[in-house]
Amino acid sequence: MMKKTWILFILITAIGIAGCLDTTSHSQAIFMLLDTSGTYQHEITKAQSIVNYLLGTLESGDSFAVARIDSASFSEKDIIAKMTFAARPSVSTRQKLLFRKEFDAFIGSSSRSAFTDITGGIIQAVEYLNETGAGEKYILLFSDLKEELVEGHIRNFPLEMTGCNVIALNVTKLRSDNIDPREYFKRVEEWKKRVEAGGGKWKVVNDLERFDLILGK
Amino acid sequence: MNLNDAQTLWTSNLFYLLLLIAIAEVFLYFARIPAHRSIFSLCRLLHNSFRLMAHSVLLAEKRMIQRNKEVLLTAGQKSAERLIEQEFNRVDAVLKRDLGGFPAIQRALADRISHIDENYLESSELEPPPPVWVNAVKSVAKISSGGDAAVANILNEIHKTTEHQFKRSIDEYRKSTSVRLSKLTKIAPDWRQVAELLKDVSKKFDGLNDRAKLLDNLMKEYRDNRAKTDKAERMLSSSSITHFFISGFVLLVAIGGAMINFQLIALPMSEMVGGGSYIGNLKIANVAAMVIILVEIAMGLFLMESLRITNLFPIIGQMDDKMRVRMIWVTGIILFILACIESSLAFMRDRIAADLHALRQSLADVDMDQQVTSFIPTVGQMVMGFILPFALTFVAIPLESFIHSSRTVIGILLAAGIRACAFVLRLLGNIFLYTGGLIIAFYDILIIPLLWIENVLTKKQEGTKKAKEKA
Repeated sequence: MMKKTWILFILITAIGIAGCLDTTSHSQAIFMLLDTSGTYQHEITKAQSIVNYLLGTLESGDSFAVARIDSASFSEKDIIAKMTFAARPSVSTRQKLLFRKEFDAFIGSSSRSAFTDITGGIIQAVEYLNETGAGEKYILLFSDLKEELVEGHIRNFPLEMTGCNVIALNVTKLRSDNIDPREYFKRVEEWKKRVEAGGGKWKVVNDLERFDLILGK
Repeated sequence: MNLNDAQTLWTSNLFYLLLLIAIAEVFLYFARIPAHRSIFSLCRLLHNSFRLMAHSVLLAEKRMIQRNKEVLLTAGQKSAERLIEQEFNRVDAVLKRDLGGFPAIQRALADRISHIDENYLESSELEPPPPVWVNAVKSVAKISSGGDAAVANILNEIHKTTEHQFKRSIDEYRKSTSVRLSKLTKIAPDWRQVAELLKDVSKKFDGLNDRAKLLDNLMKEYRDNRAKTDKAERMLSSSSITHFFISGFVLLVAIGGAMINFQLIALPMSEMVGGGSYIGNLKIANVAAMVIILVEIAMGLFLMESLRITNLFPIIGQMDDKMRVRMIWVTGIILFILACIESSLAFMRDRIAADLHALRQSLADVDMDQQVTSFIPTVGQMVMGFILPFALTFVAIPLESFIHSSRTVIGILLAAGIRACAFVLRLLGNIFLYTGGLIIAFYDILIIPLLWIENVLTKKQEGTKKAKEKA
């Protein structure tokens, strides 16, 4: 009887210790990059429904940030709204409402950028996601993936994005893509290679009706 | 390689193959007897080993059945003891309650009877006989007047007086009879009361008789259990399986209740312990909610134990009454506090759910003015939060029944499993035995040409021998 009790005690203790030693982070962090360049600016309203969906899906402890891609995106100034939701659901609900308000304000006042610095935005996103220490990291790239840099800006270096899932959303076809579709596929493939070379994962979701596909849930 | 080369190669290979077969045939023919013995021995060994294993498993099954029987009968005996004890307690209570009232009934009966007696005596009182002078007058009346008018007048007067006296006597007699009848009429309610009282007593004795019959049956059952009869085992086994399924079903219902309870408090718990913290893969809020439910169940178990409704922890049942009552109070208070906590958590859940709903509506751009608010769901959730902990308390009863009956059911299943294992082992043993015969037959098929030659030669030799013997 005593032996059984001891075995049970040891088992419970072991399970308890195993549970306490598990330091895996279960939170997720999402950084959404919005292309505000001339060719894509009119698509930005579509991003609103995605942001709303994500605000409804994210839980306490998760982080969410939205930034725009402009001529020089590697800057905190480009972050429209960022928030790590509080542990208490009532507080996180208020935070989400605030987030939405900030984003709506941006949609109402967004302006076109002359250039598209996607790489700068991605570096900014990776930096933010790593800082959150989240278990699952996502970069949502709402862009046509056509990068146009200001002369002198250096972006042709390898990216370090281990553990990041990059999801390209609503990758629109440009007028030039219609003439030669290979350009579109080449553009997507180049970004895929670049992300995967940096240790990240790449996915393209063009059907914005299927929100559940975005985070693969 | 041309066709000729290929043909040559094929012919030479065929030759070597045939040579190899011939050598193998000769080898197999000469090795036939030891090979047969080896195959037979190996198969016999396997057959016997499996039979032995089957036998051993069957012995284990017998032990298991014996153990099951003992467990079953012991449980049945305990249950019968408990039932008999309960029944005796009931009889004791009935005797105390009913027989305690007997002196009063006896007094009432005695009063009624003495009342009846008095009335009866009064009713039996006779009217005093007619006065003695009446006889004297009668004698005088018999005297003849002898034509004398004076005497005739006297006699007429005497006759009138006698008639008058007779009428008076008759009237008095009627009066007295009416009085006696009225006395007898007064006895009737007393009789009715006596009959009612006796009916009541009879009813009480009937109740006692029923209990006595029940006790007789229980005692018979108990004696059967003690005698370890097959009938008792069968009955207990059947009742145990029934208990197992019924209690299992009730436990499933209770699990459903616990799940609803969990859903009710898991969300608001995240408001208290944080929604983003985990232990392993489990959310701390969920763990905390589960802990609260488990504590409620544990408290319910202790309460039921303290009330001596269940007997899962003998130590609680054996406590002295003072301690037990304290325990009842403590567990009851803890349950009440937990019920209040759950109720408030249910209220908080409603608020959080309303906030989340409002957020989702806002995110989906739905007009908030169209929302209908009602206090009924809030109150409903709060009531559920308050009641469910108390409802879960009663889980202890089916749980005890399930634990006790599962011992028997698991035992029966294990015995059946062991029996099936023994069958498989016996089957394998027989398969190996007949496979040996099959292999031997196949072996002989391989060397059939040589066996045929041997057969022909043997017959020839036998023919020569017979011819020699005849000569």
